[in-house]
Amino acid sequence: MSVGRSAATPFWLAGPGALLFLGLVVLPLVLTVILSFHVYDHTTGIKNEFTLAHYAAVFSDEYYLGIFWRTLRLAGLTTLICVLIGAPEAYILSRMRDPWRSVFLLVIIGPLLVSVVVRAFGWSMLLGSTGLVNQALQGLGFDSVRLLYTETAIVIALVHVMLPFMVIPVWTALQKLDPMVEAAAWSLGASHFTALRRVVLPQVSLGMLSGSLIVFGLSASAFAIPGLLGGRRLKMAATLVYDEYMHELNWPLGATIAIIVLVANLVIMLAYNRVIETRARKALG
Amino acid sequence: MQKNGPIALLFHTLVVAFVLAPLVVICLVAFTPENTLSIPTTSFSLRWFREIFRHPDFVASFVNSLWLATLAATLSVAISVPAALAIDRYEFPGRDALNALFLSPLIIPHLVLGVAFLRLFALIGATGSFGWLVACHVVVITPYVLRLVMASFTGLDRSAEQAAMTLGASHWTVFRRVTAPMILPGITGGWLLAFINSFDELTMSIFVTSPQTVTLPVRMYMYATESIDPMMAAVSALMIALTAAAMLVLDRAFGLDKILVGQK
Amino acid sequence: MSFLTLEKLSKVYGDFAAARDIDLNVAKGEFVSLLGPSGCGKTTTLQMIAGLIEPTTGTIMLDGSDITREKPNRRGLGIVFQSYALFPHMTVAQNVAFGLEMRKIAKAERDERVKAMLALVHLAAFAERYPRQLSGGQRQRVAIARALVIQPPVLLLDEPLSNLDAKLREEMQFELRRIQQRVGTTTIMVTHDQAEALSISDRVVVMEQGRMTQVDAPYKLYENPATPFISTFVGKMNRLEGIWRKGAAEVAGIALPAEAGGLAEGAAIAVSIRPEKLVLKTPGQGRIDGTIANRFFLGGSWLFTVETAAGAILVSAPNDGEEPAREGAKVALDWAPASLRIEPLAQGAAA
Ligand SMILES: Nc1ncnc2c1ncn2[C@@H]1O[C@H](COP(=O)(O)OP(=O)(O)O)[C@@H](O)[C@H]1O
Ligand SMILES: [Mg+2]
Repeated sequence: MSVGRSAATPFWLAGPGALLFLGLVVLPLVLTVILSFHVYDHTTGIKNEFTLAHYAAVFSDEYYLGIFWRTLRLAGLTTLICVLIGAPEAYILSRMRDPWRSVFLLVIIGPLLVSVVVRAFGWSMLLGSTGLVNQALQGLGFDSVRLLYTETAIVIALVHVMLPFMVIPVWTALQKLDPMVEAAAWSLGASHFTALRRVVLPQVSLGMLSGSLIVFGLSASAFAIPGLLGGRRLKMAATLVYDEYMHELNWPLGATIAIIVLVANLVIMLAYNRVIETRARKALG
Repeated sequence: MQKNGPIALLFHTLVVAFVLAPLVVICLVAFTPENTLSIPTTSFSLRWFREIFRHPDFVASFVNSLWLATLAATLSVAISVPAALAIDRYEFPGRDALNALFLSPLIIPHLVLGVAFLRLFALIGATGSFGWLVACHVVVITPYVLRLVMASFTGLDRSAEQAAMTLGASHWTVFRRVTAPMILPGITGGWLLAFINSFDELTMSIFVTSPQTVTLPVRMYMYATESIDPMMAAVSALMIALTAAAMLVLDRAFGLDKILVGQK
Repeated sequence: MSFLTLEKLSKVYGDFAAARDIDLNVAKGEFVSLLGPSGCGKTTTLQMIAGLIEPTTGTIMLDGSDITREKPNRRGLGIVFQSYALFPHMTVAQNVAFGLEMRKIAKAERDERVKAMLALVHLAAFAERYPRQLSGGQRQRVAIARALVIQPPVLLLDEPLSNLDAKLREEMQFELRRIQQRVGTTTIMVTHDQAEALSISDRVVVMEQGRMTQVDAPYKLYENPATPFISTFVGKMNRLEGIWRKGAAEVAGIALPAEAGGLAEGAAIAVSIRPEKLVLKTPGQGRIDGTIANRFFLGGSWLFTVETAAGAILVSAPNDGEEPAREGAKVALDWAPASLRIEPLAQGAAA
């Protein structure tokens, strides 16, 4: 069905949305990039002069570098744990029979729809000094451990929030797999483990890669989890930006950090596309 | 032939326990009669649910979030359907760029979007406006709606439309009587998904809400950084219940796994 | 001397038997087809042999040893799956080499055997391609090569040709038979296509609702179907019911000359005859008169539906280049009395 014959029709259809997105995605981003070059004065605020000082500061100050390093470390750790838990779980799910399969798929990915604040709050109750985990430890005769406001707490909660983003792509890849391919490998003499490693794994590796990217990107820019489970001291990139904006009121510096987060994110996405393209080219022989 | 072994099932049980633990704890603590965060052992109490209503700011934020999510989801559908139609059915210069533009919020961290909106609003003097807040949410949720609507356009059997046309239906009639009913599940699913995403959004909103337009997640976040008491558990339990209800509707109507797996 | 033996093999799901009491002896080098309509338990039987489904009861013996509980990766059988189940991330050569790799065969020998096998299936030029870059028939041959290169004692094929179009399917039937005869591997093939089963197998096993109902060479199966179902499932068959009277079959009051012994006067009988055993004649010259209701041109032959007093009868006549009688024409049918098969009907079944 061609709704109309005029060449202008698609522009009328998509135009309003496109204008909104130009005005509310492109323009604000450009303004923020500009903002990150503005001079900031603690008494007079943002000045109409330009400088690279914020970038220089961020990349030379131990404090900021420490936070970036923590952000990368925790996001990397979260990604690794998500791969180790999410990929096997997706495989186990795919081998279940209905109705269990659909039920547990919902249980695993359904929490995606529950607000992050709620889930972070749940973990802070579990991990607090008088929380359930500590009560259980004391009940078993151990000393209570400090979990809340540690990096461990952040990683646990991040894994909880990010797990569906790993399960979904791996699950999707497994769905595309011919279930008989594994049986074919067995019939040719491969053990279950060899069949998994040589036949299943290579086919879901792209799913794992794309899951890892999503998890890493979202973890590195996560806000609510480090905000609620890391406390005031353990900052990550997003909470740092928030503090620069809302407490220090140093918008240009906050903008600088935000832009660095954005650029890092985009670089990772582009690298990912590269990998996929190389794979595709290789697959075409 | 394809069965999970005992180790796999143990692993699975642990993962499910891990996923459900915080949600279950919230729902239990919400009913505590005590003043502290504790799991009720002897009796259940609704006192912390009643407590919510003694905090008019929470109620106001809840109402505010409902309005915000409803408006944003509706506007997002209104933008997405024609946009999907244009991208799916027409060849025109800049089509790929347009598609990329609409999907771009997916690869921009919400934190960055929040900061960017804040800068724009500061410059044009729009800080604290509810209307602009709605616009921000539309931008953030539209990629999800667009993908679902596009998927239902691509999955559409074009021959049904052609059949209608050969039977004498006009373009508009074909859209109304044939196309629209076929993409309706995609649209409704997209709306609900957009609603939930908007209702839950925190990271971007925390930068652009003013005291008058504070959304429920932002209010909860602010409250939780100051103090945690069982009332937070009660509010959270209500949100979990609400989400579960929405999930049930989504699942009954379209199969939640399809929508979420398509969403990514 | 039986090479592969199935004894009382059954698979029961809940209270539903997908396969029941399968007894089969397959000789070395033999090509056996499992034939039956969809859902009759062919795949279940094959996968029990393959070790992918565990039998509920029964035993499977291969070359004298019991392999009933052996794991699939230890049986060493070659399996060609209906979907081919090629490894999509490996090239054709890598796919074929996989089984040899699992057997820890040195690279040099591996390469040699892969090369020889690909030559056998006429795919030498495609070794470095990926499965998705191949046509259906080529994928099919990769699957066969992958299963055969490990020199399995038995080759199992599950509807190997059902994903191909008609012309290619015919070509691949010849190809499959050629490869099998060259390699000499004992082969069991599942199919729901009776023509395919008849054309390439040494023996055909017919299955109905989980049971084996006939095991025979193709031409015997065709000439002497053991059940009414087989007579209509394998080839076309005219089947009429009547009674035995005065040394002839009487259908709807018409006497049809036939030869049969030991039937009591007035016994209920079923009369059957293949369409190609009937001959069209001019009216009055045959054993029964009728009118042509319709005719189909099949290339090598014509298929007529003739309305007679005894009922509608299918007649097949070779195409001799001339146009035969048209719809509505009066004709007569003739046959050799010996080709009319007479079976007594069980009491009460004649209604
Ligand atoms: N896992 C199972 N559970 C229950 N019934 C099954 C199962 N697998 C197959 N069946 C049933 O067994 C019967 C035979 O199946 P199959 O062997 O696949 O038939 P086919 O002859 O078409 O290959 C079918 O009716 C099928 O529904
Ligand atoms: Mg089958």
